[in-house]
Amino acid sequence: MRLSSSAVRLIIPAASLAVLLAAVFYMQPRAMSYTGLNLLFNLAVPIALATIAQMLIMSVNDLDLSMGAFVSFCACVAATFLQTSPAIGVLIFLGAIAVYAGIGVVIHLRQLPSIVVTLGMSFVWGGLAVLLLPSPGGAAPGWVRWLMTVKPPLVPMAIVASVIIAAVTHYVVMRSSFGVLIRGVGGNNRSVERAGWSVVGIRAAAYALAGLFAVLAGIALVGLTTAADANIALRYTLLSIAGVILGGGEFVGGRVSPIGAVIGALTLTLAGSFLSFMRISPDWQIGAQGAILIVVLALRLFLNRVEKREKNR
Amino acid sequence: MTALTAKPWVWSFAAAILVWVITVLFTGGSSSVGLSQATLTFAAFSVIVGIGQMFVITLGPGNIDLSVPATMTLSGTLALKVMDVQDSMIALGLLIAILVGVAIGIGNYALIKLLRIPPIIATLSMSFIVQSCAIWTNRGLRIKPPETLSDFTTSYSFGVPNVALVALVLSLAAWFLLEKTTYGRWISAIGQSSFAARMAGIPVDGTRFITYVLCAVLAAVAGYLLASFSGGAALNMGAEYLLMSIAVVVIGGTAVAGGNSNVPGIWGASLFMFLVVSMLNTYGFGAGVRLILTGLIIIAVILAAGGRRVAR
Repeated sequence: MRLSSSAVRLIIPAASLAVLLAAVFYMQPRAMSYTGLNLLFNLAVPIALATIAQMLIMSVNDLDLSMGAFVSFCACVAATFLQTSPAIGVLIFLGAIAVYAGIGVVIHLRQLPSIVVTLGMSFVWGGLAVLLLPSPGGAAPGWVRWLMTVKPPLVPMAIVASVIIAAVTHYVVMRSSFGVLIRGVGGNNRSVERAGWSVVGIRAAAYALAGLFAVLAGIALVGLTTAADANIALRYTLLSIAGVILGGGEFVGGRVSPIGAVIGALTLTLAGSFLSFMRISPDWQIGAQGAILIVVLALRLFLNRVEKREKNR
Repeated sequence: MTALTAKPWVWSFAAAILVWVITVLFTGGSSSVGLSQATLTFAAFSVIVGIGQMFVITLGPGNIDLSVPATMTLSGTLALKVMDVQDSMIALGLLIAILVGVAIGIGNYALIKLLRIPPIIATLSMSFIVQSCAIWTNRGLRIKPPETLSDFTTSYSFGVPNVALVALVLSLAAWFLLEKTTYGRWISAIGQSSFAARMAGIPVDGTRFITYVLCAVLAAVAGYLLASFSGGAALNMGAEYLLMSIAVVVIGGTAVAGGNSNVPGIWGASLFMFLVVSMLNTYGFGAGVRLILTGLIIIAVILAAGGRRVAR
């Protein structure tokens, strides 16, 4: 049986997730239950959504350094306006998505480095979040809370949600013609343009879609934490980038994998739980997370080499 | 005149001077000396880390060092611990800081080269580990810097802050290294086309290795100075320098796509970044508005200055 190259790319992230999960189950057999799994993967849903958003930006060869600040801002809006006056909340979200599309257009038209523009935007989103919620507070809208804590039969919500996210984005990015165009811009900007497509339009759409997923990440996060804070998701910027890379994505060339990105996000979430089960002193928790990241990526290099050797034979 | 406006660093200086004038006018001219000295002091730290980051970014697309804040924290913490408030140990403390930088730089490049991890993720993972080491060493009380060192970092020579003079010396060295030595030419060549550089016989790996080590050492020296300046090392003391080091490089007119760098721009951008914050403070804005305006001003400067060069 011949595996497609995209399937081969998925093997490593999936295997690392499985190994990590097995290790957690070995150390804490009680985690092998409905509640256990739910606790382990609870925080994965917003991280997975943010990772998908980052992946969309990366598929057009850009990088979004404002992801954490933007998700924090969305969480603040969800905990304030979306709860008290839903109509205004939805309008703010639509406006924010429009701003994201606008950023995509500006970056393309003026040929600006995305890192710097999004760096500037991270200050703007952070400032808006501080204006909305100067101190931690707000409340999650009832339906969001319900959605994030609902207990479907057999499989916990966090897993169901992750599968849905992976399936939907896989369809949009890998199967639809729109997804092909986005990845085409990342792969070869000029040939997409020569084929008669508007690269500005595609880029704007990719950014808008990323904005939409980041908004969903903010809402999901508030559903879990029930309150928000202006700094609630700042670490999502680096987590989302690491998630995409762990899932087999590349920084350039439009080579991304939505399923891989979701698996990457799950792996990163699980790494946190794994370390607390290991009883590693809190001093070394961040360091151990870095080490896990390195080990997984080293594994990927090793498997890539093996794959190459097989091909050359 | 056209020759002057063609230099990318002119824009950052123009912006810095504009903000300085606005701020001084608002306070009726009374703050001009104090504001200038404070600006030079705080800009000095951004300049030192910014130069290191600039060398790395010049290496070409994808090259970036995210371990700067963690390096600053660890070197500051370790150096103060070793010096243990004794004046006689100042030189040894500096040596320790530099060694920390060298070790982290070697670690970073080992991950990038041996494990083929993209620099952004490699330096990020490294910074997690370094941060843990800093947390572990920082146990217990905040250690004060030696008296002489702390006096040196907080005082002035001829009205200019000493840290700014240190930054100036380092910038001159960096400028010389970039413009007048083979090594500097190699960095630019690699940034413009890594493949062509390799074909031309430039030791690409060696040059990249030295550059990552240099960046980490500069961050470590900045951490050493900052910890001495602020009366002790804190675990979050490097945090703001992650974004700052990247922002000053880009606002200063160094091409993000690599292959083209400039040292004066780092100064203009560092002065500008601090002046914007103090201007907004002078006007009495709250934290939220201040952040929003900082972001919008950064984007405005990029829009005004960038765009003529093709970024990618």
